[in-house]
Amino acid sequence: MSDVAVDNQGAGSRSIADWPPIILNLVAFVFGLAVWWAITAAQLVILPGPAAVFQRAIELIANGQLPLDIVSSLQRVLTGFILGVALAVPVGFLMGWYRVARALIEPYVQFFRMIPPLAVIPLAIVTLGIDEAPKIFVIFLASFLSCVVATYQGVISVDRTLINAARVLGATDRVIFPRVIIPASIPFILVGVRIGLGSAWATVVAAELIAAQSGLGFRMQQAQLYYDLPTIFVSLIAIGILGLVMDRFLQAAERRLTQWQERV
Amino acid sequence: MTSPQTNAKISFQNVSRRYGEGDRSFLALDRLSLDIADGEFVTVVGPSGCGKSTAMNIAAGLTDVSDGRVLVDGKSVVGPGPERGVIFQQYALFPWLTVRQNVEFGLRIKGTSAAERRRISDHFISLVGLTDFADALPKTLSGGMKQRCAIARAYAVNPTILLMDEPFGALDALTRVGMQDQLLDTWTRERRTVIFITHDVDEAVYLANRVIVMAARPGRLHKIIPVDLPYPRTEEMRLSPEFAEIRNQVWHAVYHQKPHVDLHIQEEEPLT
Ligand SMILES: Nc1ncnc2c1ncn2[C@@H]1O[C@H](COP(=O)(O)OP(=O)(O)OP(=O)(O)O)[C@@H](O)[C@H]1O
Ligand SMILES: [Mg+2]
Repeated sequence: MSDVAVDNQGAGSRSIADWPPIILNLVAFVFGLAVWWAITAAQLVILPGPAAVFQRAIELIANGQLPLDIVSSLQRVLTGFILGVALAVPVGFLMGWYRVARALIEPYVQFFRMIPPLAVIPLAIVTLGIDEAPKIFVIFLASFLSCVVATYQGVISVDRTLINAARVLGATDRVIFPRVIIPASIPFILVGVRIGLGSAWATVVAAELIAAQSGLGFRMQQAQLYYDLPTIFVSLIAIGILGLVMDRFLQAAERRLTQWQERV
Repeated sequence: MTSPQTNAKISFQNVSRRYGEGDRSFLALDRLSLDIADGEFVTVVGPSGCGKSTAMNIAAGLTDVSDGRVLVDGKSVVGPGPERGVIFQQYALFPWLTVRQNVEFGLRIKGTSAAERRRISDHFISLVGLTDFADALPKTLSGGMKQRCAIARAYAVNPTILLMDEPFGALDALTRVGMQDQLLDTWTRERRTVIFITHDVDEAVYLANRVIVMAARPGRLHKIIPVDLPYPRTEEMRLSPEFAEIRNQVWHAVYHQKPHVDLHIQEEEPLT
């Protein structure tokens, strides 16, 4: 690979295009840190620098607050997300497979999809109280709605000839469903799951901003009261990193489960 | 059902198929009647849109008739059945299954034991020359290999009838000739009734006992041309004057069809 690239660039001189992506990633990361440091050190803006934020992160880890916040946020996200996906997949299949179910359910799905999950928070708090229930409900709703549509799309776009191929080999609907429809729609479902996780994560922080006793969103809300900028930074960075890690996990799962797909 | 008046393997009896409703309906197949004997190899040629695929899908049980009926072994076709193997132009392999799993798909449904499945899939995978690729996923196969896998999959459930819709359409000329010989070879050894649709006049003549020529608008039977050449067919035969003569006949029947005097009032173009 890199040999070819070197040839294209002319003899000997290794250009930046030959660097492995991970090195380029690191370079960008270090550069970003440097810019952040320079801006804050020069006091162009009144924000904490990397050193202060790093120090606060160490403190928050040492006193157990950051791990606790992470665990509470993750717990909410995963509970809501898993419930949402667990319901979305069968409902999506139902909608894709049975016309009647589709006609009955689709208007609701399309309607609720138009309402941003965050807009439901006030209602959820009024009706479900300020415990875990409203937060988990909102996260559930967000991941359910994005995943149900993807699953349903997946089922209706299964290639007809594959279904016919199964039928002429003797398959009845009862066989076609698990052996053709489900595997053929897995790529779509996984896309939906990823989008669902994204919206679950976005929702949890907002939900915690409104009412919670712990969690990354709650911590930022508290820090805001005390004008504690380093803590806000630590929370933001933690949210970004956790989102990234979860997405990477799903990406890896997706690659494993859809190895058979022809990619162009 | 009423008792059959024929002892043909497959019998199309006044089969019509109309798409769409009312004024905008379109007659894709107009009163097709055709008997195909047990063990016969017929090829079907005709202009695009003349109802070849429609006729085949009706025999496969994947499309309903609007009128008439198709009998297979004297019984009316009501749906697909494993005694009628179908090979689709688009291969239609299950991309998430390996070659072997694809070939065993129909056997699994029948509830064949694992050992027996293995024996059967080994046999047909080697018959189509894919032994080295038994555990490969379809995405790693060439077009010709995919088609051979589809053939092995259809053979594995031991159908007495093979319905093939332009199975070699996507292959290059060289692979195609190889596939034709292989198909004839397996057909002579494991005799089945074959309906084979193609656009290629040469291929139609080379393979067939009889070439069925169809005409369009409405889709209908135009001419039946017998091919009185013995099997096995050889390259020599393909280049012989007798072969050329039959090919010319078919060519004329396909490309110099007189315009049809339309007795039925209908739309010129199908709905799109
Ligand atoms: N599902 C459908 N709905 C409406 N019209 C259809 C449908 N399927 C086929 N037709 C029409 O019926 C006619 C015959 O189609 P068919 O696919 O049988 O043709 P064909 O002979 O196989 O053509 P080709 O050689 O191009 O494959 C065509 O004009 C087509 O437009
Ligand atoms: Mg066709």
